[in-house]
Amino acid sequence: MGKRTRYLTITAICIPVITKENYPLYIRSTPMENELRFQYMVHTSLDMVDEKISSMGKALVNQRELYLGLLYPTEDYKVFYTTISKVKFVMVVNPSNTALRDNEIHRMFWKLHNSYIDVMCNPFCNPRTISRPGTDNMVMSMMIQVC
Amino acid sequence: MSPTQWDLPVELCCRPMAFVTLTGLDVVYNAVHRAVWDAFCANRRADRVPISFKVLPGDHEYPKCRPKRTSYEWYIPKGILKTGWMNKHLNLVPALVVVFYELDWDEPQWKEKQSECATRVEIVRQSLQGRNTKVAVVLIQKKTPLPPGEDVIASERAAALCNACELSGKSLFVLPHTDHLVGYIIRLENAFYEHAQTYYYTEIRRVKSHKEFLNKTTHQLLFVRHQFKIAFFSELKQDTQNALKNYRTAYNLVHELRAHETNILEIKTMAGFINYKICRLCFQHNTPLDAIAQFRKHIDLCKKKIGSAELSFEHAAWMSKQFQAFGDLFDEAIKLGLTAIQTQNPGFYYQQAAYYAQERKQLAKSLCNHEASVMYPNPDPLETQTGVLDFYGQRSWRQGILSFDLSDPEKEKVGVLAIQLKERNVAHSEIIITLLSNAVAQFKKYKCPRMKSHLMVQMGEEYYYAKDYTKALKLLDYVMCDYRSEGWWTLLTSILTTALKCSYLMAQLKDYITYSLELLGRASTLKDDQKSRIEKNLINVLMNESPDPEPDCDIFAGKTAQKLWADRISLAGSNIFTIGVQDFVPFVQCKAKFHAPSFHVDVPVEFDIYLKADCPHPIRFSKLCVSFNNQEYNQFCVIEEASKANEVLENPTQGKMCLVPGKTRKLLFKFVAKTEDVGKKIEITSVDLALGNETGRCVVLNWQGGGGDAASSQEALQAARSFKRRPKLPDNEVHWDSIIIQASTMIISRVPNISVHLQHEPPALTNEMYCLVVTVQSHEKTQIRDVKLTAGLKPGQDANLTQKTHVTLHGTELCDESYPALLTDIPVGDLHPGEQLEKMLYVRCGTVGSRMFLVYVSYLINTTAEEKEIVCKCHKDETVTIETVFPFDVAVKFVSTKFEHLERVYADIPFLLMTDLLSASPWALTVVSSELQLAPSMTTVDQLESQVDNVVLQTGESASECFCLRCPSLGNVEGGVATGHYIISWKRTSAMENIPVIRTVITLPHVIVENIPLHVNADLPSFGRVRESLPVKYHLQNKTDFVQDVEISVEPSDAFMFSGLKQIRLPAQAFYSYQYFCQATGSTHG
Repeated sequence: MGKRTRYLTITAICIPVITKENYPLYIRSTPMENELRFQYMVHTSLDMVDEKISSMGKALVNQRELYLGLLYPTEDYKVFYTTISKVKFVMVVNPSNTALRDNEIHRMFWKLHNSYIDVMCNPFCNPRTISRPGTDNMVMSMMIQVC
Repeated sequence: MSPTQWDLPVELCCRPMAFVTLTGLDVVYNAVHRAVWDAFCANRRADRVPISFKVLPGDHEYPKCRPKRTSYEWYIPKGILKTGWMNKHLNLVPALVVVFYELDWDEPQWKEKQSECATRVEIVRQSLQGRNTKVAVVLIQKKTPLPPGEDVIASERAAALCNACELSGKSLFVLPHTDHLVGYIIRLENAFYEHAQTYYYTEIRRVKSHKEFLNKTTHQLLFVRHQFKIAFFSELKQDTQNALKNYRTAYNLVHELRAHETNILEIKTMAGFINYKICRLCFQHNTPLDAIAQFRKHIDLCKKKIGSAELSFEHAAWMSKQFQAFGDLFDEAIKLGLTAIQTQNPGFYYQQAAYYAQERKQLAKSLCNHEASVMYPNPDPLETQTGVLDFYGQRSWRQGILSFDLSDPEKEKVGVLAIQLKERNVAHSEIIITLLSNAVAQFKKYKCPRMKSHLMVQMGEEYYYAKDYTKALKLLDYVMCDYRSEGWWTLLTSILTTALKCSYLMAQLKDYITYSLELLGRASTLKDDQKSRIEKNLINVLMNESPDPEPDCDIFAGKTAQKLWADRISLAGSNIFTIGVQDFVPFVQCKAKFHAPSFHVDVPVEFDIYLKADCPHPIRFSKLCVSFNNQEYNQFCVIEEASKANEVLENPTQGKMCLVPGKTRKLLFKFVAKTEDVGKKIEITSVDLALGNETGRCVVLNWQGGGGDAASSQEALQAARSFKRRPKLPDNEVHWDSIIIQASTMIISRVPNISVHLQHEPPALTNEMYCLVVTVQSHEKTQIRDVKLTAGLKPGQDANLTQKTHVTLHGTELCDESYPALLTDIPVGDLHPGEQLEKMLYVRCGTVGSRMFLVYVSYLINTTAEEKEIVCKCHKDETVTIETVFPFDVAVKFVSTKFEHLERVYADIPFLLMTDLLSASPWALTVVSSELQLAPSMTTVDQLESQVDNVVLQTGESASECFCLRCPSLGNVEGGVATGHYIISWKRTSAMENIPVIRTVITLPHVIVENIPLHVNADLPSFGRVRESLPVKYHLQNKTDFVQDVEISVEPSDAFMFSGLKQIRLPAQAFYSYQYFCQATGSTHG
C-alpha cells in the first residue's frame, strides 16, 4: 500500500452513505461534536444531487458510474458526491487541502464504493444495521481506512 | 429597522448621477416655473440622461472650497475617506449651476434686465469660488424664437448678455415657454449633461494631478483616497468601465495599507465599500462571474482580519453585512434579468450572512456578559462633537490618530466597554431571522427543498432563542415531516428536542405530549437516560401533574412555564387528546391482523392487535378500542382498564394492559359477524389506544387502518430487502417485522351441508323436452327451511342462447318462446335431516351447441356461533354443460319409377320421392309417424300413407319412405317447383308416456320440371316362357301440340326371335298415343 501515504494528506471530515430513497444508511464524521452540522450539510447537498440526477435523465442509465464532483462550495467545507445504483456517497472534505485533486477524490470514492460492495455482498449483512453505531465496527474501520 | 453602524451608507449604494442645481425658479408661486421643474423631474425614464436635479435659491451657499494645497510635504492624512465626501459630491457640490431668468429678446427694459441677470450669475460664482463648477443661464421666454440667424436683435443681445455674464455662448440657453416644453427640456438637460461630464472630467484630472506630490511612506492613505475619488468621479461621469478599473486599483491599495489592531476596522470598512462598488459594477456590466470572483477574493482577504479580540463580534457583524450586501446585489441583478442557478444563487450569501450573524450573537454573548452593575460610561466615548465620525471606520474616541500605539489605554478600555454594552442591546435574533428568511425565499426559488428545510430549522431555533416559542414551534413543526419522511432520525431528534422545549415553555399540552411520544419512539436517537426522563415527564403529565423542566431552558422562561403548567392543572375540562399517528413515529407501535382473509358467517371473526412499546420503561395503557367500517362491531373490540373496585381483585387483564419495552404484546379479539354482512368486507378503520385515564389526562393514539405510522413503510421496505435470518424466539413471541398488517377480511356465507345431484341423459336433442332430474339431499343436523331452487341457463352466456333455450318444470306440454331461460327461486319447501327431494326440470334447446346450466339451491338454517343464535343462509350450486345435437338427418331424392336417379322430373310423368331418415341420436328414437304435405303444384299418384309409423331407430339406423308423385306441366318455372313439407313426429324411445311428441318439419327441395315432346312407355310382361311368344307393347305419346313424324326401328337382342315391323314411319298426332305391338320369340340360356 505505497499509495496510502498520499491519501493521508486528504482529510475527509464526514462520509455518509445514502440510499436510493435518500435516507442515511451510514454516517460517520470525525469531529463528533459537530455531527449535527455535517448531517445537515449532507442532507442539504442532496438537493443538488437530485437536481443533477434529474437533469441527466435517461443518460444516467447508460453511465457506469457517476462522479458529480464538487456539489457546492461552502465557506468551510467542500462536498463531493458519486453514485452508482442510486446509492449515494458524499464526502465532506476540509478545504485546507488546497492540493486536493479531482482524480484523487475520484479514487477515494472508487475505494469506498468497492468496500461498500464488499459489505453488501455479505448475505448476513442487514442493510438496516449499518446505520446503527457500534454494531459493526468492522465495516466502519473498513470504510475509514480508505480515506 | 433603523440603519445600524454596519449598514452600508446610502450614498455608497446609490447610483451616482451628475448633480445639477437649478436656481431662479420659484416652484411654489410661479406656475411657469413649476411646469419647468416638473418637466425636469417628472417621469424620468431610463432613456433620460442620468442627472439628479435640485432647485436651490440663487443665493444658496455651496460648501466652501478649502484653499488649494501647494505642497503635500508636511501633510499627514488622518484617515482614508471622510464620511461626508460622497454625499458632498452627490448632493451638495453641483457640477453645473443653472440660472433661470425670465427675459425675452424684445424686452423693453433690456439694459436693466441684463445687468440683473449678470448680478445673479455673479452671486452664484461667488458662492462657488474655487470650484470648477460650471454656470449656465437659461432665459425663459414667452415667445417662440425665430430660426437661428434670422433674429438679428436676438443674436446681438445674446452676445451682449454672454459678455455681461462672462459666459461662453455654449452656456446660454433659451427656453421658450410654449407647447413643446418637454422637448425643450430634454434638449436642455442633454446640454447640461455635457457640461456636467466636462466638470467631472476636470475633477478627475485635478485629483490625478495630486498624485505626483505623494510619497509612499506618509501618504499611503491618500493613495487609496485619491483612487477612490477618481473612481467615484468616473461613476458620476457615467464612465463605469474606468470607475471599475479605478475601484479595483483602490481595492488593491487598501490591502497594501499597513494594518494594525487600531486601524483594521477602517481598512475593512473601506475594503467593504470598494468591494461593494466593484461587485455592483460587475453585475451592471453583466459579468456576474467577475463579481463572484471579486467577492470571494474579498472574503478570503478579510476573513482573518478580526482585529481586537474583545470586539470580535464586530468582525462577525461586518462579515455578515458583506454577505448580505452581496446577496442583495445578486438578487437585484436577477430582478434585472440575470439568471442564477441552483448552486450559485443569492440564497447562499444570505445563508452565510446568517451564519456570521449567528456567530456575532455567540461572540456578543460571551464578550458582553457584563454584570448589571457595570454602567455605561459617562461621558459617552462613542459621542463625537458633530454626532458623526470624520472618517469611515474610525473609533470615535481616537479619531484621526494614526499611531499604532494606544496613547490612552484607559480611554480605549472605556470605548470598548461602550461598544460591548451597546452590542448587548442589538436584536441579534431579529437580524438572523431576517437573513434566514431571505435565504429561504431564494432556496425555494432555486429548487433546494432540503436547504430550505434546514434554514427553517435554524429560523425556528432562532425564534426559540428569541423566546418567540409560538413561531418557533410553527416553523419546526412544518419541517419535521421532511426529515421524518426521509428518515434522517438524528436531525429529526434534534428538531424535536427544541420543539419539546418550546411546548414545555408554553405549556402546550398536546404538542408536549406529541413530541414526547416521538422522542420516546424508535425514530429518536436520544440516549436512554434522556428517554427515561421524557417518559417520566410524560407519565407525570398524564397524571395531571407538571413535568420537570426541560434542560438548558432560559431560567426566566422556565419559571413562567412552571406557572403556566400549574394553571393547566387547575383547569378542568377537556383533557382528552386524540393524536393521529400516521404523521409521526410514536413510541407505541401497532399492527392489526385478521387471522384469515375471509371468515364464514357462522364462525367468529378473529384478529390480533400487536402492540410494541419502544420507551425505556414499561407503560400501562388504559383502553384499547378498534373501530370498523361497520360500527356495530366496535363494541365487541374494546379492552378497558377494570374499574377501581375490581382492581383489588386479581384481574387477568392487568398484565395485558402493560406494555413492556421491546416485547411484542398480542391481544386477541373475536366477534360474530352479522348475517347481513355476508359478501361484504369488514375493515378495521382505526385503532385507538388510550394512555392515562379520564380523571387525569388522557392521550388517545389513533392509528388509521390496521396500524403503521410515518416510518412503517420505510421499515417494511428495508425488512423486505434484508436477507438476514431472525434469531429464534420462544414460541409465544413473534418478531415485530414479521407481522404483516391485514386490516380487512371478507365475510362469506356458511358452508352448505347439502348435496345437489343432477341426473340426465346427454346430449340433448334439438327441440326435445330434455329432462334434468335435480336431487337435493340435506346432510344438516337440523331442519332446513325455505329451500329454493334456481335453475336454468347460466347467465352471462351468449345472448342468442337465452332466446333459444326455454326451461319449465312441466314436461307434459311443449314449451314455446314465452318460457324463460332461467327459473328463479322456485320454493321447494323444507327438508328434514337426511331427507331428499327430487325435481324434474325440462329444457328445450332450439339450436345445437353447448350450454351451461346452473342449479342453485339456497336455504335457511338456524345455527349458533359463540353461543349466539343466528340464521344462516346457505347455498350450493351445480353447473353442468349440456351439448345439444340434431336427432336425425333427413335425405330426400327424386327417382324415376324405375328407381333411376333424376336430376329433374318430367311434366305429367310419375316419379318417386324417396325420404331417408338417419338417426344421429345416441339414444333410440321412436318415429311416431310421418306425414307428407304436398305443395299445390304436386299431385299424388297413390295414397300418401306413412310407411314408418312407430318405427324405432337405433343410432345409425335409417328409415326410408317412398311416395309416387306427379307434377303437371306448369311451363318453365325459375328455380324449380316447390314439393312440400315432410313432417316427422318423434320422441325418445326412453321418454315417458306423457312427454309430448315432437314434430320436426322438413322442407322438401324444389324440383325442376321439364316438358318432353315424346314419351315412350314400354309395357313388358314381367316374365316370358321359353319358346313362347312374348308380347311387347310400346306406348308412344306425343306431348306436343302438333303432329310429329316418328320413325321407329326395333333392334331385338340375339336371344329373341322377332316378329313384326322392324322399321316403321308414321305421323304422330298431337296429344295422341299410339300402341305399337311386336312379338318376340326366343330362348334364354338357362
